[in-house]
Amino acid sequence: MFSSASKSLLLGLCAIVAAGADAAEPGHFGYGERATPAQIAGWDIDVRGDDGAGLPPGKGSVDRGSEVFADQCAACHGTFGEGEGRFPKLAGGAGTLRDDRPELTVGSYWPFAPTLWDYIDRAMPMPAPHTLSADDVYALTAYVLNLNDVVSNDFVADRDSLPKVKMPNRDGFIWTDPRPDTAAKPCMSACANPADVRITSTAEGRDITPRTTGPLDTMQPK
Amino acid sequence: MPVVAKAAGLGNPLARRAVLGLGAALTGSLALAARPGNTAPAPASPPADAAWSQSIGAGVVDRPYGKPADTEAGVIRRNVPWLTAGTESSVSFSPLQDLQGIITPNGLFFERHHAGRPDIDPAQHRLLIHGLVERPLVLTMKDILRFPSVSRIHFIECPANGGMEWRGAQLNSLQFNHGMISCAEWTGVRLSTLLEEVGVGKAAQWAMVEGADGAHMNRSLPLDKCLDDCLVVYAQNGEALRPEQGYPLRLVVPGWEGNVNIKWLRRIKLGARPWYSREETSKYTDLMPDGSARGFTWSIDAKSVITFPCPEKPPGGPGLYEIRGLAWSGSGKVTRVDVSVDGGVNWQVAQLHEPVLSKALSRFTLPWRWDGRPALLQSRVIDDTGYVQPTIAQLRQQRGSNSVYHNNSIQTWQVKPDGSVFDVQLG
Repeated sequence: MFSSASKSLLLGLCAIVAAGADAAEPGHFGYGERATPAQIAGWDIDVRGDDGAGLPPGKGSVDRGSEVFADQCAACHGTFGEGEGRFPKLAGGAGTLRDDRPELTVGSYWPFAPTLWDYIDRAMPMPAPHTLSADDVYALTAYVLNLNDVVSNDFVADRDSLPKVKMPNRDGFIWTDPRPDTAAKPCMSACANPADVRITSTAEGRDITPRTTGPLDTMQPK
Repeated sequence: MPVVAKAAGLGNPLARRAVLGLGAALTGSLALAARPGNTAPAPASPPADAAWSQSIGAGVVDRPYGKPADTEAGVIRRNVPWLTAGTESSVSFSPLQDLQGIITPNGLFFERHHAGRPDIDPAQHRLLIHGLVERPLVLTMKDILRFPSVSRIHFIECPANGGMEWRGAQLNSLQFNHGMISCAEWTGVRLSTLLEEVGVGKAAQWAMVEGADGAHMNRSLPLDKCLDDCLVVYAQNGEALRPEQGYPLRLVVPGWEGNVNIKWLRRIKLGARPWYSREETSKYTDLMPDGSARGFTWSIDAKSVITFPCPEKPPGGPGLYEIRGLAWSGSGKVTRVDVSVDGGVNWQVAQLHEPVLSKALSRFTLPWRWDGRPALLQSRVIDDTGYVQPTIAQLRQQRGSNSVYHNNSIQTWQVKPDGSVFDVQLG
């Protein structure tokens, strides 16, 4: 404790000296303070999805994950990730991406397993985000992957095993934007036969639009 | 006693008439377009003075921070309660039907939160810039305010704006079909200024930007875009950012989908490759009919919509109207907007109104003499890349109906002979 405090103090002093030096450099304003390693470490939470860079030490099993999930996640996501109400379904939907009503879940859609660790760690559980231990996040990651039959019951998630998990939809993404993918022409007159202009769909009578005057609407699903 | 009630007093016929008039104003729709045929004068004035003309009004600083007239209380952001599990990870829509210029008032700017709105103490807020940089920095708000400042007018649009209409017309509303766009004057520091300050490392190609909200919302951005026109802003339309828009600090990524404009910005990390965060893999990616998905579809394609008439603001009856609307493009400036009143058979060039700014809302108008027969109103924008706004059928042909995001198709409003207006789609 004492030695780490001294180290921080030393680093702090270095930072002050360094900031002073920066201020004198042409082209720099010199505002702010040099970030200390401790400051960076506190906020440097990101984990890269495709190779798991940034995953911390720790580990968690599927079994442990089922316990943490029951405590922390099941109220919204359902015991087996089926999703309560309109909260997201986490499992299922395998092979549905071409369907008329595809189900996008961790198993059917997510390309990278470390992304799941990163998201649980940074954003979950929703009422108390970023409060779980690294071990518990590993355990939850293992459990959710297992719910999707992506890993076996004896899987233990850690910084080495997670990046090696091949997600079913890993190769399903195109990471360069192909737009513009339409080539509409700005025709000005007689662009269509008026007889062919017909209404194929209308919101009239659907009765799902909240009101847009008066107090806020509380309309629930019909 | 309120001034109006005082003036309404006691057997004075003028005052009674004034109250009737005020009641009509309170309950009646404040029609913004001319209403030919509706020539009946208000009961109170003219020729009589209204109550407010025969009394003294509230003094200065009666409302130290102003607010809209009481009769405008219905002009508010609204949500679709059945759309999301709760309001914390949800969206609200700007009331475009009641807005008149290219600037969205701060209280009406649409909201999209991923873990609710944090209320941040600016004295404790920090921006950390690190990763592949020469000098990692921690900046306070005071530090950030010292850097050279710039102001720019840009829209921000959620890529899911119109997302509920991919399969067909569903919501009979301008606000709910198009209200996930707003436009403001943003003031802050260029991101390039901050990155020059820390010194971009040779291997850096990407930036990870992250918020201080409970979602720790994060996205990857290519370094080229960061150095091109991104802004780290602390002010919106002349005042500090609203908490809903990222107080005390947010990123503005001009022309790119709303969610990369990270609110409550607390960290920028430079790296060699993208991060593939949850918000750029499982969400904000576009599923195609063949089962493949498009990622990193950042840019907002050109789009326009007629804001009058619309379902919320139907025309009153046959006569001369001004069709009004908004157009925008994430690629640059709007160069032309065409309007059709017959479902796209024939088009007329609308008037574009200055200012026409890059990656900002632009106004267009076209006079329209409505003969009372059924009409199908559409607008179609062309931007300075030559891109032409497509129909929903053209988009579906390329992308099917399950891609959720980036529906920038032409909106069709059906005007019925009784003057009512409906959201429809054409075949």
